[in-house]
Amino acid sequence: MKNLVILGAGTSGTMMANHLVSKLPKKEWNITIVDQYKTHYYQPGFLFLPFDIYTTKQVKKNGGKFIPKGVNYIIKKINKIIPEANKVLLEEDDELNYDILIVATGTKIAPEETEGMAGPEWYKSIFDFYTYEGAKALRDKLREWKGGKLVIHITEMPIKCPVAPLEFAFLADSFFKHKGIRDKVDITFVTPLDGAFTKPKATEALHYLLEEKNIKEITDFNIERVDYENNKIIDYADVEVAYDLLVTVPTNMGDALIERSGMGDDLNYIPTNKATLQTIDFENIFAIGDATNLPASKAGSVAHFEAEILTDNILRFINGEALKEEFDGHANCFIETGEGKALLIDFNYTHEPVTGTFPFPGVGPLSLLKESRVNHMGKMAFRWIYWNMLIKGIHIPFVSAKMTEKGKHFEEIK
Amino acid sequence: MKKTIANREIDVNEEGYLIDFKQWDREICECIADECDIEMTDRHWEVIDYIHEKYNNDEPLSIRGIKKSGVIDIKEFYELFPGGPLKKATLIAGIPKPKSCI
Repeated sequence: MKNLVILGAGTSGTMMANHLVSKLPKKEWNITIVDQYKTHYYQPGFLFLPFDIYTTKQVKKNGGKFIPKGVNYIIKKINKIIPEANKVLLEEDDELNYDILIVATGTKIAPEETEGMAGPEWYKSIFDFYTYEGAKALRDKLREWKGGKLVIHITEMPIKCPVAPLEFAFLADSFFKHKGIRDKVDITFVTPLDGAFTKPKATEALHYLLEEKNIKEITDFNIERVDYENNKIIDYADVEVAYDLLVTVPTNMGDALIERSGMGDDLNYIPTNKATLQTIDFENIFAIGDATNLPASKAGSVAHFEAEILTDNILRFINGEALKEEFDGHANCFIETGEGKALLIDFNYTHEPVTGTFPFPGVGPLSLLKESRVNHMGKMAFRWIYWNMLIKGIHIPFVSAKMTEKGKHFEEIK
Repeated sequence: MKKTIANREIDVNEEGYLIDFKQWDREICECIADECDIEMTDRHWEVIDYIHEKYNNDEPLSIRGIKKSGVIDIKEFYELFPGGPLKKATLIAGIPKPKSCI
């Protein structure tokens, strides 16, 4: 018997287990998946939890429910990967040998990377919403917050779901309006990039949202430290931004396991071929989702498209065939804009988001790069799709892994 | 769109960033730097070389990367490319500016 081992039972790992269990011959292959935690979180829901739009129950389930029969599910901490010996060391001196390894250990926030961030004010006046704990603590804070300066801040790129901070700003505007205290809240969006929107088409189509919602923008802000005693963030150019409530997206880093195993870059992401998903250094190790160093967005939709292509490539690798260089960086994301509306964007490595319709060319019903109520309903329906289709590896109809250019308004580059 | 830089027609986007890196060379670089009121020194070139190396390896540029680069510290990076240093350094290096997904 041969062994295929998947590290991480989040969105990517769970999808791979579901894809592969029906594709690999049971008499020849054992499939094992390892994760240290029992709970599977619906991470897109962390955006809604702080505003009491979702309950805690809606964003977490028992992970075991989604691991298919026929796959060994081990709940243990992973100590180290030893690629030269094709071996994974687990806690309690347990070990796993593999013929093929899939690393799906994701990305985590690292607030300790910024001076003063994870200090005494963490979860008092400084919050993240990229973890279950952070989103829940922020919910409790917002329930009783009376207003003041709300600063929404991105520490550095890359981050998971790059639009989430902007969505948070839009939802915060709605939240305080409905609470009747919008006039007491000053909302500022602080980014290391040169704008809340960074692509020319999107800036042109969407910049009005910031003005309409009275959200101030501070750009090119590279944070040096948080001065938690005086409630301000300070950047390398000595620009200071005062806050009463700081909602920050800390530095994102790959799992410490990758560093312990000596397999990552500066941020513990694994150097991976951006078209095949094979790791650069080891031919029998593949990586998927947020754990890779791919220049694609770190998002569940990207992982979903990657999973379809990686499944094919694992089968090709087993059969000794050349790998398909097929992954094009495709991402497809709903963006909440508040007041029951949302945008939809569809893009890949080479094409930036444009206007048009999705998934049916010329028909929709979803519109690209434009606010609509139907898009918002799409985002809300997605939670059901996630738990019932996406992580179970069921193909979502009409949505292909490679991006289609039909029904979209691309301009020729002159 | 086209822009005349160093008496040559160069393809740039709305914000002046080069679309085709193949059109970049030292002469173009110095002209763009000049437009930003930056006079290129050996230190500037060392940073541009580092940025090109990152770009060729598909590695994202970040302030953290600069900090760990061993080429330059952040204070000097701000002094060499005043204002938004990553934004200006990428413009001069002829590669796309650091961006998000929209």
